[in-house]
Amino acid sequence: MELSKKLIEQIQLVAENYPNRRSAIMPALYLAQNRYDCLHGEVLKGIANVLEIPEIWVFELATFYTMYNTEPMGKYHIQLCTNIPCQLRKADILKRFLEDRLHIKTGETTLDGKFTLSTVECIGSCDKAPALMINQDYHEHLDENRVGEILDQLNE
Amino acid sequence: MFEKVLLKNMDHPESHTIGAYEAAGGYKALATVLKKYTPDEVIKQVKASNLRGRGGAGFPTGLKWSFVPKDSAKIPYLCCNADEGEPGTFKDRALMEKDPHMMIEGMIIAAYAIGAKIAYIYIRGEYELCINRVEKAIKDATEKEYLGADILKSGFALEVYVHRGAGAYICGEETALLESIEGRRAQPKLKPPFPAISGLYDCPTVINNVETFACLPHIFERGVDWFCSIGPEGSPGPKLFCLSGQINKPGLYEAPMGITMREMIEEYGGGACSGQVKAVIPGGVSAPMFPVSDLDIKLDFESLAAAGSMLGSAGVIVLDDSACVVNTITRITEFFNHESCGKCTPCREGLDWCAKILRRLESGDGKLEDLDQLEALCSTIFGNSFCALGVGASWALQAALKHFRAEFVQHIEEKGCPFH
Ligand SMILES: Cc1cc2nc3c(=O)[nH]c(=O)nc-3n(C[C@H](O)[C@H](O)[C@H](O)COP(=O)(O)O)c2cc1C
Ligand code: SF4
Repeated sequence: MELSKKLIEQIQLVAENYPNRRSAIMPALYLAQNRYDCLHGEVLKGIANVLEIPEIWVFELATFYTMYNTEPMGKYHIQLCTNIPCQLRKADILKRFLEDRLHIKTGETTLDGKFTLSTVECIGSCDKAPALMINQDYHEHLDENRVGEILDQLNE
Repeated sequence: MFEKVLLKNMDHPESHTIGAYEAAGGYKALATVLKKYTPDEVIKQVKASNLRGRGGAGFPTGLKWSFVPKDSAKIPYLCCNADEGEPGTFKDRALMEKDPHMMIEGMIIAAYAIGAKIAYIYIRGEYELCINRVEKAIKDATEKEYLGADILKSGFALEVYVHRGAGAYICGEETALLESIEGRRAQPKLKPPFPAISGLYDCPTVINNVETFACLPHIFERGVDWFCSIGPEGSPGPKLFCLSGQINKPGLYEAPMGITMREMIEEYGGGACSGQVKAVIPGGVSAPMFPVSDLDIKLDFESLAAAGSMLGSAGVIVLDDSACVVNTITRITEFFNHESCGKCTPCREGLDWCAKILRRLESGDGKLEDLDQLEALCSTIFGNSFCALGVGASWALQAALKHFRAEFVQHIEEKGCPFH
């Protein structure tokens, strides 16, 4: 697959930050992820072509690092922290609440494609626990009411 | 109260801007360094300050820099470890969001000392605001000629780039971090050679933590003696503590090292939520936990090491008497198991096995033999793991088994968790 002209330019620009092209794979994956709904095989091959490197180098990074999505995600990716500081502040209650409200289990996407629910490790909000991220945005100091409000807003 | 150094600008609403940083005296230390000292003199002063790395291991910073060969044909690289993944830690996030120039000024001083011309800041992917603020700070610092081809007309040149991580705790381990910048899967590499001899792109490389860099301008602004006067002799300088868990006032606090866990919890944290502390994890979840009877142990590198734990990332996590230690250590072990990079068998298989046994114990299906099995697994993982992830994971579990054996036995005898 031929990547868009703008994306190719962006990748070539970021590659200048490094002495070799392999280093540009991670930033290129982020750039591609912003552009396409997910990093499917054709996109990964496209990145390899632009950087003139073996495809396997791109595939192995896209699958090793968890923030690259090789499967389609919901429009809103809810990432609930369940590590110790959040767990001690009752993140498990929020997990059940989210599963009930969205009618999905953790790891699943709602049928309308709007929400994906994941649990994640520490996101560095420990003093404002429990916390979650929706796409790139942090939501902290949460309880069931507040999470309910956030979901209502996103559903409008 | 103790004078804030690292957090001094944080209450200013525009603290992240170059204007606010300069108005507060920022970048003066850099000017002094470039005018007054040779690179060797900078290294000598950092050695004399006895600044120890704030990323986890507490290695002396000046000593690390001095390992970089002076006669190498290869130009050294500088890397900032801003991967901050240790659960219970959020100090680097605050520094980058609220005061990115303090870290950058420290990086320029460090690069000058070791002769680096290019530096990378490895920021974990989740920290988008940090990434934006640090990138803006680099741009602004370049415009003002604190970075670029001729820094403050001294002839010294430095370019700084952000490399964004993508969700792997192991990238915080320094050799894995370098692998990640090189565009490989983040798996630790054999040491030696240490990065200072052969690191990024096979060139000499120094890696320091965000907070370590943030300490540097103050050493050159206020002097080595002043720096050494803060905290105990073996652990000098200002320090950030991340207080979280079941505590009334969780937050980021600055204090001299050497204060006790009790003082940190009561005077800064307002005490445990239930009023009764059960256990404290002193330095992020890799650091072995203490029972309440140990609260008078001091929070500094040496005291914690002597007591069988570590200051680590200074993420102090408090468990009150409503918390279940079995549940907590199960979750911690699951975390390490999830983040194991898979390179070596003791960590990859051993932690998975430990987590399975722990889940069984927590749910009430455990047997007394399981505790012996866990001990045996821990000592195998501890002695045979390739990197400190496996070591830390087994060390943390050993401490829970040692200090809270009665609670594990209670789960077995009552066939369930007494706290649920
Ligand atoms: C599994 C693992 C994770 C680590 N994570 C971090 C981290 O997130 N940030 C950090 O600065 N150091 C981390 N470290 C320590 C680094 O390897 C390294 O010692 C440190 O960045 C050196 O900087 P310093 O001397 O300024 O502390 C980690 C180490 C291990 C073994
Ligand atoms: S100890 Fe764990 S994280 Fe470290 S190299 Fe081995 S498998 Fe990877």
